[in-house]
Amino acid sequence: MNKIIELKNITKAFDGEVVLDNINLDIYDNEFLTLLGPSGCGKTTTLRIIGGFETADVGDVIFLGERINNVPPYKRNVNTVFQRYALFPHLNVFENVAFPLREKRVPKAEINERVNEMLKLVALSGFEKRSVNSLSGGQQQRVAIARALVSKPKVLLLDEPLAALDLKLRKDMQQELKKIQKATGITFVFVTHDQEEALSMSDTVVVMSEGRIQQIGTPVDIYNEPTNAFVADFIGESNILDGVMLRDKKVSFAGHVFDCVDFGFEPKEPVDVVVRPEDVDIVPEEKGMLKGVVTSVTFLGVHYEIIVDINGFKWMIQTTDFWDVDEHIGLYIEPDAIHIMKKSEYSGMFGDYSSFSMELDEIGELEQENLEELGELTEQDEPEAAESERSE
Amino acid sequence: MKRASKIYTVLIMLFLFAPIAILILFSFNGQNSKTVLDGFSFHWYEELFVDTVTLEAVRNTLILAVIAALVSTVMGTAAAVGIFRLRSKYLRAALDTVTNVPMINPDIITGISLMLMFAFVGRLMGLANSLSFWTMLIAHITFCLPYVILQVLPKLQQMDKSLPEAAMDLGCTPLRTFFKVEVPELLPGILTGLIMAFTLSLDDFVISYFTKGNDFETLPIRIYNMTKKPVTPKMYALATIIFFVILALLTLSNLIDSDTDKAIKEAKKAKKAKKAKKRNTVKEAKT
Repeated sequence: MNKIIELKNITKAFDGEVVLDNINLDIYDNEFLTLLGPSGCGKTTTLRIIGGFETADVGDVIFLGERINNVPPYKRNVNTVFQRYALFPHLNVFENVAFPLREKRVPKAEINERVNEMLKLVALSGFEKRSVNSLSGGQQQRVAIARALVSKPKVLLLDEPLAALDLKLRKDMQQELKKIQKATGITFVFVTHDQEEALSMSDTVVVMSEGRIQQIGTPVDIYNEPTNAFVADFIGESNILDGVMLRDKKVSFAGHVFDCVDFGFEPKEPVDVVVRPEDVDIVPEEKGMLKGVVTSVTFLGVHYEIIVDINGFKWMIQTTDFWDVDEHIGLYIEPDAIHIMKKSEYSGMFGDYSSFSMELDEIGELEQENLEELGELTEQDEPEAAESERSE
Repeated sequence: MKRASKIYTVLIMLFLFAPIAILILFSFNGQNSKTVLDGFSFHWYEELFVDTVTLEAVRNTLILAVIAALVSTVMGTAAAVGIFRLRSKYLRAALDTVTNVPMINPDIITGISLMLMFAFVGRLMGLANSLSFWTMLIAHITFCLPYVILQVLPKLQQMDKSLPEAAMDLGCTPLRTFFKVEVPELLPGILTGLIMAFTLSLDDFVISYFTKGNDFETLPIRIYNMTKKPVTPKMYALATIIFFVILALLTLSNLIDSDTDKAIKEAKKAKKAKKAKKRNTVKEAKT
């Protein structure tokens, strides 16, 4: 596989605040790469540096072997799908898609052909003459994708393109994006804060936090072999415990010595131990490696999510059997369900469910996203809404 | 309460428009009187249109207003873009304030200061008579500029910042981006600014009076000069025409402004219709 884009030692600060700290990333031909991380982790800035809208303070952007640090966006063979689509309101659907071709002075007949082909690809044939303001969010999204793809860029950058869509539509668009990527063979660099989205669509996931890349890998690698507590916690649910590696394939945590499959650590090296909630088996108390008390039960349809107190540490466990609060149970953990990580700066910050509340978690996330991204929008909307109420 | 507010509105309207109504009425008066109405006639309009000096002044005013409006619109739009793109928050706020000063400044002060400047610079350049059509034009552009900036700047602030980025992303140079994407977005503001500048220049008297040359007389100055002699109803006819021209321009600029809000209004209407429908179905369900 060919490298298309290389980011080398990229560092960027806004007003003295470091947003990107020594980013090194290779992006290959024909891959679907996702930059994943919480808001403020630098993923959008990374995308904007690739697109040419920001320049790095330190480091190089290499495009097909050439340094393009100072090449302006209009000379880069890279196109962007913006978060709020940025369709040109004074042009209709056809003219929006034809825009980049008209800029390149492509002959008229060819423009017609290519625009129609693109509209067909995004399932918008017959919408040519429509005003973009009359389209639904999902349709506007498709126009934006068609417009970005029509000039056949090497790389398509997508900045949280699905964030403004509702859940059902988002799922459909995920499938469709993946399909379009396969059909066109264009490299997609996708930015999202939604880990599920990242896992389901990507060939490669890049997990970012606080301006640094935490891990690069396939979705399966990222999930099964997280490199540190941040990744383990951000991708899915994890119980993360302090442990000590006794020797190869023997680890001690939660007051018990377990067999595991990891090796290559120093003897007696302190480590972080990850156990996924779905990998724990519940057995009668006397047969358990660990013993504990159920402190809360949440029904989630497919399974129950229970919180178990074991010597003061709260474990999250997913089970299809019902266990009631205050029941005493035993836990059994297979060796390959245990994942060992080196200690990192994130050790001890995640993975304990003692203050766990799913609702709070979700509300917090939503609020943050909404405030940041839709702040402007609501500001404009509010007086509007008040006015319409008054008039009624 | 509702009735009281209606009466109040009528009173305000009466107060505002009674003088103009009377002016229009008297412009059609059959005889030359300020107190007695005597039949309906176009006599004064006919007389107006054979008064070549006044017509010349009309022509001058229009030439001046068109050029001043066009130049100040181009300059004002460029200035607004410049102010908008400033990185420093403080510099931007400072420039915003400075552009507002000429608007708040009394016309008479602007007029005197401009006259003084023209005379001073003219003397430096060794001109015998420094005031001319050109000084008047510069003066008009000067006082029109802030109004254009005031119309364009909010449109810039309302524009989705990713629009110009998208254009550049799709192959437009910054200059082409400006003309192909930003100008269409700003057009309502630019047009309103243009019309405002035109009307401002059209009816300015004070600043024109101080900066005019000997050989160039605009309509407001002409009217002022005529009022030194006994006023004939010819002037009422002229004032009536000017009033309707300004009214038409104002209506036009409001139409342009509301055009941009059309989409929002349509959405509102649709919402209302939906609500009404809901209400109806609820009513039906109840009965």
